[in-house]
Amino acid sequence: MKKDIILSGVGGQGILTIAATIGTASLMEGLQLKQAEVHGMSQRGGDVQSHLRLSSEPIASDLIPEGKADMIISVEPLESLRYFNMLNTKTGWLVTSMNPFNNIADYPPLESVLNEIWKLPRYVTIDAEQVAKDQGSIKAANIVVLGAASLFLELKYESLQKAIEQMFAKKGKDMVTLNLKALKAGREYAEKKT
Amino acid sequence: MQKLLLLGDEAIAQGAVDAGISGVYAYPGTPSTEITEYIQGLKQAKEDNIRSFWSANEKTAMESAIGMSYAGKRALVCMKHVGLNVAADAFINSAITGANGGLVVLSADDPSMHSSQNEQDSRFYGKFAQIPTLEPSNQQEAYNMTRYGFELSEKYGVPVMLRITTRLAHSRAGVERTKPKAQNKMRLPSDPKQYILLPAIARKQYNSLLGKQIAFEQDSFESGNNLYIDGTDKSKGIIACGIAYNYLIENFENQKVPYPVVKISQYPVPRELINKLCESVSEVFVLEDGYPIIEELLRGMLNKGKKVRGRLDGTVPRAGELNPKIVAQALGLEFSEGFDIPEVLTGRPPKLCDGCSHTDSFLALNEALKTYSKGRVFSDIGCYTLSALKPLEAINSCVDMGASITMAIGASDAGLIPSVAAIGDSTFTHSGITGLLDAVNNNSPITILIMDNSTTGMTGGQKSSALGKVDDIVKGVGVSEKHIRVIKPLRRTHEENVKVFEEELKYEGVSVIIARRECIQTMARRMKEIARLKREKEQVNS
Repeated sequence: MKKDIILSGVGGQGILTIAATIGTASLMEGLQLKQAEVHGMSQRGGDVQSHLRLSSEPIASDLIPEGKADMIISVEPLESLRYFNMLNTKTGWLVTSMNPFNNIADYPPLESVLNEIWKLPRYVTIDAEQVAKDQGSIKAANIVVLGAASLFLELKYESLQKAIEQMFAKKGKDMVTLNLKALKAGREYAEKKT
Repeated sequence: MQKLLLLGDEAIAQGAVDAGISGVYAYPGTPSTEITEYIQGLKQAKEDNIRSFWSANEKTAMESAIGMSYAGKRALVCMKHVGLNVAADAFINSAITGANGGLVVLSADDPSMHSSQNEQDSRFYGKFAQIPTLEPSNQQEAYNMTRYGFELSEKYGVPVMLRITTRLAHSRAGVERTKPKAQNKMRLPSDPKQYILLPAIARKQYNSLLGKQIAFEQDSFESGNNLYIDGTDKSKGIIACGIAYNYLIENFENQKVPYPVVKISQYPVPRELINKLCESVSEVFVLEDGYPIIEELLRGMLNKGKKVRGRLDGTVPRAGELNPKIVAQALGLEFSEGFDIPEVLTGRPPKLCDGCSHTDSFLALNEALKTYSKGRVFSDIGCYTLSALKPLEAINSCVDMGASITMAIGASDAGLIPSVAAIGDSTFTHSGITGLLDAVNNNSPITILIMDNSTTGMTGGQKSSALGKVDDIVKGVGVSEKHIRVIKPLRRTHEENVKVFEEELKYEGVSVIIARRECIQTMARRMKEIARLKREKEQVNS
């Protein structure tokens, strides 16, 4: 098993939470992993990305080679475009939220952003904020995206559930329940759409 | 022992704790900050009484570590690459004094300048100081080599440098620990004059350091940190330093590299390995994440020997960090490509947070400066450097920690009156105080804006050495109390703040305007922590 995943979004949108959830689940399944994060200056409302690599074999590079990513998981549509060059053209999936994070003056029309995504051979676009709201809070939008992506991760769904329970335990029972619901709703959306 | 999922930084921290350090000394700086933070949060470190609070700057950190080593205990000192410039005087001389307790100097480089103003290579400093330097290629090696660094330091009685780059610092992987070592007992140097670098003693000490060079190289040869891995195809030979080795291996997808490879993780580089490689192959490729240090040595000034390929002949780009594709291209290997990046994509540069106090400070300053010609604001290093970008476009320089005040002095001496300095509270205590003293002694016609957000913001909100002390320091250095003005940077206080700036800009002497409002990120974290403690208390009570 080998999965190379690019996570993308804007600083503060919770991509490191997604990375940590997948990472925790992978460890439960005895996989090796490497995860390159972005810290420092770019976290201030700029673009952020993380390279997450899972494998049953030892992993050499902390960075995924260009054109080799099995997935891009993005919590922001414009940000997903930034890593098109990383995606495997033959097998790669793009899973992204459709909700723009508009903190720049020249944000292109959303339609033209989505049109670029919809030209790809394999994608899931999801209104993660609405789905999260339906489950109780917009805060869980990142986990909705993770739920949709979980369909292609080749990790056991139960491992992801356990990882969420473990990770959100500190924040109280309500947060655990909310995020489990968000995970499920995202998953079900992707199942229907593919 | 159990396997931990750790950042490269955290692996170093855990390695140092397990190596039996008694203290870590550091000033925050991306990508090195997480080392000290990890130790600050570690239960084991608290139980073992390992001191870990932040130093005022890298120089004070380095000197404190030398002091701990003098007293016989092990010390780790951490900084980002440009921090080593600040600590350089102490660092270079620590090689002359030598180490008593183990002393490891960690410098985290930032090729591609993700969060820095240059991409200098700390291995140069290791060579400059003539001490052993370690460069791990992955998280497990980061742990192991930190431990090895302390052994090496005590074995030869010298400080040891540990060099990493951003990619390793901020990437996670599983790390296996080995049995922790106890801390040293206090034990002063057997030679009571060892640390007195008077010329006569320094000459003796320097000769002793020079005498150890052969042993350092021999250690590099025998330690197992440098490997010769033979290959059947002798058309190429490859020297891969530190993390560059991973990118090489990645290109062969965990299969054996067909060419002979020398993996370098300890310096000085053992000539025996390099010679063996050069003797057996047609050309040598050098892969280094940083400056072309080994490459330059191999080429020599005349480049008349074996053909050497790397950054200097354009085989590898001259600047920036390596990645698997760059290595593939350099070696003429096949590489994959993804989809084209759509043209509609726009950049998303970092910016000041909504509600940031710096925005209000600069809005007021910009307005007060409207009647003057442009180009008079010397800034410093911190979040507020982002005010260079739209919409504020408020500053005209950012060079090094503390340079705002001193550059304003020089510019005003040249006739640019008034000149303005803009500096944060943490940067002020890092390197601004001595500059302020110069300004007072020079009676410079400058206005200094100290943006006191009561934290070290850019690196994630570490405790600022200036906390609660800025006013007294400014007074103590000798600024006239009449020209020390404290404002609260907010939208609703904008008009009165503009007035304060206008008044002080007119004054032809040193004035200091302290704009005080807590960083909103630090405040949010503080509030969260209070809420958490409250929740816990309620749970106990119920």
